[in-house]
Amino acid sequence: MLLAISSNPWLDALVRLGIVALLLPVGVIWLTWLERKVIGRLQQRLGPMRVGPYGLLQGIADTIKLITKEDVRPVTADRWVFELAPFVIVVPVIMALAALPFTAEILVRNMALGLFYIVAVTGLSIVGMVMAGWGSDNKYALLGAVRAGAQLISYEVPLILTAVAVAMLAQSMNLQAIVGAQHDTPFIAYQPLGFIVFSIATLAELYRQPFDIPVAESEVVGGATVEYSGIRWSMFQLGEFASLVLFSVLGSLIFLGGWTWPLDPDGLDGSIQALLMVVKVAMFIIFFMWMRGSLPRLRIDQLMALCWQVLLPFTLLQIMINGLVLAYDWPDWTLTALSGAGAAAMIFVVYQAARREGVPLAPSAGPQRVGSVL
Amino acid sequence: MARETLIPAERDLDTIDIDVNVGPQHPATHGVFRMVITVDGEVVRDLDPVIGYMHRGNEKLPENCDFRQVIGYHDRTDYLAQFNTEHCWVEAVEKLGGIVPTERSQYIRVILAELNRITSHLMFFGAFGTDAGLFGTSFMYAFRDREYVQEFFEEITGERMMYNYYRPGGVAWDVPENFKERCNQILDRIRSGISDLEGLMIGNEVVLARCRNLSPMTPEQAINWGLSGPLLRSTGLAHDIRRAEPYSIYDRFEFDIPTGTTGDVYDRLLVRLKEMTESIRIVEQALEKMPEGPIMAEGMKRILRVPAGEVYMRVESPRGEYGVYVVSTGVDKPYRHKVRGASFCNISALREMSVGHFVADVILILGSTDIVLCEVDR
Repeated sequence: MLLAISSNPWLDALVRLGIVALLLPVGVIWLTWLERKVIGRLQQRLGPMRVGPYGLLQGIADTIKLITKEDVRPVTADRWVFELAPFVIVVPVIMALAALPFTAEILVRNMALGLFYIVAVTGLSIVGMVMAGWGSDNKYALLGAVRAGAQLISYEVPLILTAVAVAMLAQSMNLQAIVGAQHDTPFIAYQPLGFIVFSIATLAELYRQPFDIPVAESEVVGGATVEYSGIRWSMFQLGEFASLVLFSVLGSLIFLGGWTWPLDPDGLDGSIQALLMVVKVAMFIIFFMWMRGSLPRLRIDQLMALCWQVLLPFTLLQIMINGLVLAYDWPDWTLTALSGAGAAAMIFVVYQAARREGVPLAPSAGPQRVGSVL
Repeated sequence: MARETLIPAERDLDTIDIDVNVGPQHPATHGVFRMVITVDGEVVRDLDPVIGYMHRGNEKLPENCDFRQVIGYHDRTDYLAQFNTEHCWVEAVEKLGGIVPTERSQYIRVILAELNRITSHLMFFGAFGTDAGLFGTSFMYAFRDREYVQEFFEEITGERMMYNYYRPGGVAWDVPENFKERCNQILDRIRSGISDLEGLMIGNEVVLARCRNLSPMTPEQAINWGLSGPLLRSTGLAHDIRRAEPYSIYDRFEFDIPTGTTGDVYDRLLVRLKEMTESIRIVEQALEKMPEGPIMAEGMKRILRVPAGEVYMRVESPRGEYGVYVVSTGVDKPYRHKVRGASFCNISALREMSVGHFVADVILILGSTDIVLCEVDR
């Protein structure tokens, strides 16, 4: 595979990153097709069927359309902020991909602190969203960007803490070592609670239903990207789907056992490893698309409440459980039992909260402006 | 634990409210409705509905038309409940002219009007799901079932949207021979469609969390604002014109009037869902009792001249009380023609229902009023 491209490490890394950057748009074009197909099937439609067999070339047709479209910039937009924002969104994702191994051999760089680096770098893309919202000089975009900021900063916290829990178990931040630690049992079996929190936080990070509040079509009409068109808009799309892949691969690595489990890691050659990863990543991606097709959207205060009142305490609980089990050297099954009980408790809390007869949400009294805007 | 809106009581920073213009081109405004909302962060401080983008003189135009030509204009006021609005007009003309429609045509009218109520509510569920953030799934499910009924209407009337089928004294032509079988097929489809929608939306945790206790209305408030239809019934008042002031042959059928308890958005959903089931009941009974016979009253002239006088006729359309006020001077055209649109009255309470809520909730509240802009602006 990609074992040794060059003896010069810098050149080697550059070539590998170049290959990733080239493959990314192709993958994203295909993923948009897949998403339209999956959601189409969920909605009893066929999805795209006209361009190519089963609409397979639809993504390419869309890309051609987007490239040839006029690139409109509002007159009142803050020019450089507006024009740089799409790149600020995409670059962190590609930076994160530089540290993300797909299999033991297909990778750009094996970093000792790979997990730490990835969660640190992906958090940067929020800057791009806020830049887009601010630079567009559009109220919808501003609302969307403020929502995106609040949401991303909140959900980074449980996401990072689940990564901490994983690192505790694996005793390493190196993704290769984390995968190696799971060769007989994946971490999802040891910490189902952490896995559920990770999945929910990832949905929020990717702005997917039920957390698509920053890009809500029926409220802020696409949020920060509302003024973008043509190739600039497709950069946002690229960033969105690239992070979808990124988080799916990350989830497969740190919870589903990556390229080792359930097969014997020693006798595996590269293509079987890759196949195993493709299956696991596809499970994540289909799960995200499935959520998009079947759940409505939460409100911003409910989103915050879920994050700070449910996800965060339960993630801390997971870390505590891990710490106890590791410190006192309890058997492995206690970890599974405690974390499973925690997961059940979390699901119960959310289930009860959704069905609780709350106090009617009365309109808040406040200074109201008299007279009409017209 | 009391939940409260998360608004800090004292602010460290000075903030300003901004006006956000929602519509007339906006995915959540159901047509060309526009509202200017003043937001303080995410909280709506003021809301100013702007209507009139769809005004076509739909009340004045019929005053230059023959009594039968007006039917087409009533299709165009509420384009989701055309049979209900046509029903109102022909009943008004019959009341004014002392025309007695035939038995068979009355049954046909009731069956089609109730099926039309179901299509309208299906449309509501589809659109409401989209407002709530479902990525088109509820829309496609609701439209699948709506399409069956729509095709059935097309078989009968030859039109997909502007049916123009009811006539003073009866209906334009008889229904096809396989009417009853087709009706039963469609009812089966609708039953399974309703349970699909119920599973998708009513029991959904996110819908529960979003809609329950959102913008509750008391019966007094609802009456003061002149609300009608599902919005009024969701507050707990069992007021349905089909029961309160039976028109046509509605006094012959058994049906319940679904009511809510608190008048919140969730109750409005539930009331509409149950109303579809009640409509199915009415259609079933009507199909059983439907007689053979003529479909047009005896002695109808080619040019209809109704005696001088005035009449106000109201029916229960899917959105509420749809009324028409007609003054005739004895010639072949109405002298005055005034429509009371349920959507227009329901939308008037929007500011009261919305101020103080979050932006996302205002979209839901607007969606739950189920307005048709053609009926608002006329």
